[in-house]
Amino acid sequence: MNYNWNWGILFREPFLGFLISGVQTTLVLALTAWVLAFTLGSVLGVMRTLPNRGVSAVAAVYVEVFRGIPLLVWFFLWFFVVPELLPQTWGRWLKRDLPDPEFWTAVAALGLYTACRVAEQVRAGIQAIPRGQTMAAEASGMNRVQVYRYILLPLGYRRIVPVLTSEFMTIFKNSSLALTIGVMELTAQARQVESFTFQGFEAFTAATVLYVVITLTVTVIMRQVEQRTRIPGLLSAKGT
Amino acid sequence: MIEFDWDALVRALPFLAQGMVLTLELTGLAMVGGIALGTVLAILRLSMPAPVPQIIAGYVNGLRAMPLILVIFWFYLLVPLFLGRPVGAFSSALIAFTMFEAAYYSEIIRAGIQGVPRGQLQAALASGMSYPQAMRYIVLPQAFRAMVPILLTQSIILFQDTSLVYVVGLRDFLTAANIVASRDQRPIEMYLFVAAVYLVLCASASFGVRILQRKSAR
Repeated sequence: MNYNWNWGILFREPFLGFLISGVQTTLVLALTAWVLAFTLGSVLGVMRTLPNRGVSAVAAVYVEVFRGIPLLVWFFLWFFVVPELLPQTWGRWLKRDLPDPEFWTAVAALGLYTACRVAEQVRAGIQAIPRGQTMAAEASGMNRVQVYRYILLPLGYRRIVPVLTSEFMTIFKNSSLALTIGVMELTAQARQVESFTFQGFEAFTAATVLYVVITLTVTVIMRQVEQRTRIPGLLSAKGT
Repeated sequence: MIEFDWDALVRALPFLAQGMVLTLELTGLAMVGGIALGTVLAILRLSMPAPVPQIIAGYVNGLRAMPLILVIFWFYLLVPLFLGRPVGAFSSALIAFTMFEAAYYSEIIRAGIQGVPRGQLQAALASGMSYPQAMRYIVLPQAFRAMVPILLTQSIILFQDTSLVYVVGLRDFLTAANIVASRDQRPIEMYLFVAAVYLVLCASASFGVRILQRKSAR
């Protein structure tokens, strides 16, 4: 193996700046998309548990369509196809007037895609709650909104914290696909360092370490959330 | 209103078909390699003394913490460096997918093996089988039967993930469509077609898995 090591390159400007701005973009992109994914995913997940067949079917179709098409294809659809299909004024606004169109396209692609996965988890969380809980709530005079607000959603979310953690970590990793439409996130910046310096080994090591740090931070934070929200009396609540 | 030009799509079909062949080849080979390597990793992790399980756990968790695109770039850089000669994008992508998917498959397989009742292994060992024989004839067949649906679901994800070879310019289905889209200025028809094909294939595959799951649950 012939290779000239030069770890110092990572701490020299402008390459250090490249990596830092890459981390920032990855974090902002993933967190913004997560807000969208969590909100929409919760709505879709609740829709799937409603007795109304039509409402439930709409959410089911959404999940099926988004899950059946690779995320990278979604990026291309949102970036190249959707602006052309919209009315002209909207399309022009998307392409010209919207500041940073690549970033917002990536947020939409990533958020709407992850929403279908969150929806499945929320549905599973709600459906795992014993029927008696709903019946008891209804018998004590709650209407449907109250049943969801006070009984089903709090219990459902608390059950699915571990699986939501893994979806949350996936969104940071999946945000790397945004480089295909020109968003300069962490992986893209590592590549840029490589193409400027030919020190690919160092650049990719830096990116790998930074991703692992992000993943570990998420794991630590979510473990705290998990411990504080675990439901007493369930098998998952061991050690208490 | 825009006008669709579906003739451009029809003309591009042979080229897109070549891309689909590459996508399927990559999926099939990476699936076989990933399950084989994943099985080995899972067995070693369950049966070897320290530090082997720790090393394997590090490998699995490390790869699972990384975005697949970064893994593809890593192997695109590393494979030629290690072999000392340039290899094609296909080989490096195939190695990347095999190593990456092995991490995910091995977790599924480990859970599957751990789901086999302990008494099965003990009975096999007590009847004079060696550990490899007990694994081969008693534990793994039972484990795999229970795992088939999950392994297939993971393989559907792999099928979708192969579209990421776009970043190293390998001509899979999506990249072929991308080339035609920019050559003929027909992005709308191309990407809608690609999305439709993926949707039909993945939806019918996961429908099949669901039927299989219902059958094996009985």
